[in-house]
Amino acid sequence: MNRTHLLNKLWEYQHKFGYISNEAISEISKLLNVSAIEIESVVSFYHFFHKTPTGKHTIYLNNSIISELKGFEEVKTAFEKETGCTFNDNGNEEFSLFETSCIGLNDQEPAALINFYPFTDLTPKKVKLIVQKIKNGENVKDFASKTKSNIHYTPPFHKTVIFKPYEMGKSLQPILKNSPQQIIDKITKSKLLGCGGAFFPAGYKWQSCKNNEADTKYIICNADEGEPGTFKDKALFQYLPGLLYEGMILAGYATGAKEGIIYLRAEYLYLLPALEKLLEEFYTKNLLGKNILGIDGFDFELRYQIGAGSYVCGAASALIESLEGRRGEPPVRSHSATKYGYLQKPTVVNNVETLCYAARIIEFGEDYFLNIGTPESPGTKLISISGDVAKPGIYEIEYGTTFKELLGIEMSQATSPYFVQVSGPSGDCINNTEFNRKICKEDILCGGALMVFNRNRDILQILRNFIEFFKEESCGVCTPCRAGNFILTEKIKKIQRGLCTQEDLDEIKQWGKIIKLSSRCGLGKASPNALIMATEKFKEYFNVKIAPNDGSQNVEFDMEDAIHEFDSLIKDTQL
Amino acid sequence: MENISFKLDGRTCTAEKGTNLIEAAKQNGIFIPTLCHFKHLNPLGSCRVCTVNLNGRPVAGCTISLQEGMDIEVNTTELLDTRKAILEMMFVEGNHFCPSCEKSGDCQMQNLGYETGIRFTRYPHLFVDRLVDARPERIVVNQNRCIKCKRCIEEVKTNDGFSVFSFTQRGNSTKVSVDYEQEAKLSEIEAERAMQICPTGSILVKGKTFSKPFGNRQFDLGPEGKQFSLDKIKKHKTTNKKKRIATTSLAGCFGCHMSMLDIDLGLLDLLEVVEFNKSPITDIKNFTEHCDIGLIEGGCCNTHNIEVLREFRKHCDILVSVGECAIWGGLPAIRNTVPLEECLREAYLESMTSEEGATIIPNHEDIPKILNKVYSNHEVVKIDYHIPGCPPNANHIWNVVKHILFEEEYSIAYPEFKYD
Repeated sequence: MNRTHLLNKLWEYQHKFGYISNEAISEISKLLNVSAIEIESVVSFYHFFHKTPTGKHTIYLNNSIISELKGFEEVKTAFEKETGCTFNDNGNEEFSLFETSCIGLNDQEPAALINFYPFTDLTPKKVKLIVQKIKNGENVKDFASKTKSNIHYTPPFHKTVIFKPYEMGKSLQPILKNSPQQIIDKITKSKLLGCGGAFFPAGYKWQSCKNNEADTKYIICNADEGEPGTFKDKALFQYLPGLLYEGMILAGYATGAKEGIIYLRAEYLYLLPALEKLLEEFYTKNLLGKNILGIDGFDFELRYQIGAGSYVCGAASALIESLEGRRGEPPVRSHSATKYGYLQKPTVVNNVETLCYAARIIEFGEDYFLNIGTPESPGTKLISISGDVAKPGIYEIEYGTTFKELLGIEMSQATSPYFVQVSGPSGDCINNTEFNRKICKEDILCGGALMVFNRNRDILQILRNFIEFFKEESCGVCTPCRAGNFILTEKIKKIQRGLCTQEDLDEIKQWGKIIKLSSRCGLGKASPNALIMATEKFKEYFNVKIAPNDGSQNVEFDMEDAIHEFDSLIKDTQL
Repeated sequence: MENISFKLDGRTCTAEKGTNLIEAAKQNGIFIPTLCHFKHLNPLGSCRVCTVNLNGRPVAGCTISLQEGMDIEVNTTELLDTRKAILEMMFVEGNHFCPSCEKSGDCQMQNLGYETGIRFTRYPHLFVDRLVDARPERIVVNQNRCIKCKRCIEEVKTNDGFSVFSFTQRGNSTKVSVDYEQEAKLSEIEAERAMQICPTGSILVKGKTFSKPFGNRQFDLGPEGKQFSLDKIKKHKTTNKKKRIATTSLAGCFGCHMSMLDIDLGLLDLLEVVEFNKSPITDIKNFTEHCDIGLIEGGCCNTHNIEVLREFRKHCDILVSVGECAIWGGLPAIRNTVPLEECLREAYLESMTSEEGATIIPNHEDIPKILNKVYSNHEVVKIDYHIPGCPPNANHIWNVVKHILFEEEYSIAYPEFKYD
């Protein structure tokens, strides 16, 4: 067995037995000729692998902030009551309950995955019904929610790029008339920016992969859409998966890669059957396989790899580690992936949306694309909006659109928006004086998530959800991210207990800065962003939180809380 | 091999092209502290203590292989503070009870703590209960002390090439786990090597832990002539002719008071210029006058400690935490990772000396209540200065007091600051 198949092997065991036993680990380690602890290290890294037996039905309830605001607690209690299990425990023979971070259904919260099938807009009543049906032996697959995200907005027809009629193979036609270099030139000229959140020029990536001579090259599609609040890639998988395949085939043609891998997050497992069916169709139509479009020697193979629940694997370098069958720790790399990537071969890692845009640019021509958007960021962008808006869902907007327009009556119809989180927890938060800002490279970029909170929402609750998310998802390798986010979580908890001073707010900024400065990868460098910005941008909110000083030099200390435990213990032991 | 030139804190230096920055800096007389970097190992970049600026961008120094024209800053104010901050994170994240650690004096992390002059941590301690694994054949792995540097994971392999250690879990639960089967293959010498490369006391070889006597330990001799300036001490103006000092011991062992008495003959000089008010030394139970300095030993483990501490804050101009227990809880805080209920059961109901069938945990309005955990003093009142040590060196205490009272410039010599 090859190490790159490790994740699939582990999935096999997980699906078959509900857990990965020590015997299984030992068996696999013998196959790979490594020590058992190395396999265990991989198993324990991923959220969806379990080392202890789970029930016949696993329920993963999303605990993202939007879910919290839409009734997470009630739904959680209902699940516990109906199944007789507690969350994040092994559960019983029938059920196991777990919390999980965003599952790409933020427009239909609270949502859960039951045996990896989606159930959305949950209420205690609905939960009761669902659990009853499962107990009656009904197949979860048959009554799972049909969850297509609504596409609420596209620009006028002559300015729409993605959500236009799709015809299979159309974007591949220009291959017949253009050399690989000409394809890359078109992408470079279009100034297409990576849509995963880093906004790295796609053309530059393709070019440098092409320039690096090697016998094997790879195109990897990053479909590990883990940033809470983002569900645009899921929409593309549901509406236009063919466009993605074509984007990958184009990238293969342009760079000389003959193999493509789509790293799909396990949360989207239920999409896979339809996607694989389409893949077969591509093969039968000779759009994949050998001598594609009759071009001699133009071969391209495409396959899926399923992730196993880890946010940090959405970072290209960690994703490659994961594909190679290791923990998803972003490695220390002295070279870019386009030189030494997957299996040390030149590799292009692009986001789903980026590859779709690439296909459209080749189909419509780069000039079409350049005529839309702003000079620095031409074209359009998919945004997934959730939270306190009347119309949560997918928006294809032209670069340069303002938040005011996005939140306004024409688009998402937000109700008294107050705190808007751009690009998910690792992004920026903006307050209502900034709604005239534009989404574009010249002003503020958005990776795809826009979470809107109104005036009645508790900012501390939002921030705590964010920082706890990073605390959980840190890969654990570097000190500032692993310990720092834990420390910041404790700080937010302290403030929530009503023990806030100006010093605490200053410390959040100072400590956050240290984490940003010294962390090893993007996760740590971005994790304190929301906290730092919120303390600066929502001063009036925090000023009210600061406890009044009585003039003494006592520090805020909650004596009641400190002796509460002793009092309650004593009560039971006295005569 | 080609030589290249690069800039180190503004100074032009030369080294072989591709040399690791940490090594090249050493050759050029600049010490960059690090805990994960280890000779021939590929750069791990895990501890982040060696963070430097490369052409203005922060990068872990150990991951830099030198190229022509690189401009590297090592010792800017911000970087020095960041380095200290990262070390402090390590101290609060684990449970580092140096006085009871076998590797004290031989510990690279402890040594860096001295080198960077950590007196107290800016972060509250996290007190997470962590595993001590004694199941392996030859070694004990103590997660309380592990800083996840990855050295052992990368370096310790069996003769037939299998890893012995590996990370398991993730986030703050990340830990270094042992493969028992592979560990059993290690020879005594290989196991000792694992203990040596561990920068803390996390990996110990059974029966070999206290092999080095005091004086022979790796860091027993500090850098000669190194001084720590007593900066950031609050200046104090008083009209009292004779300065007044109060002292107390909260949840401590009185060891710090013993150390104060070690000022020896200096005490006689001291009594010329100061008088002691409320203090175990004078046996004055209540404040009779407002004091200039309050010296607090021990942290807060019960309600009485809190009351006394607040009273001290009220009656003293400057409050000083003396010793580890006062600064972060110290040894009494070992209980902070154990639920209070278990502590009380162990003490009153299930101990060797408790009556059989005992059901009563003492409680009376005259007895102070036990707090849910041991608190450091600066979590309860504002503390103006911290004197670290277990106990702090007598000269250290004396110099701080002198400095406060007479506003004289003092600094502490390295051996007086060091306290293991």
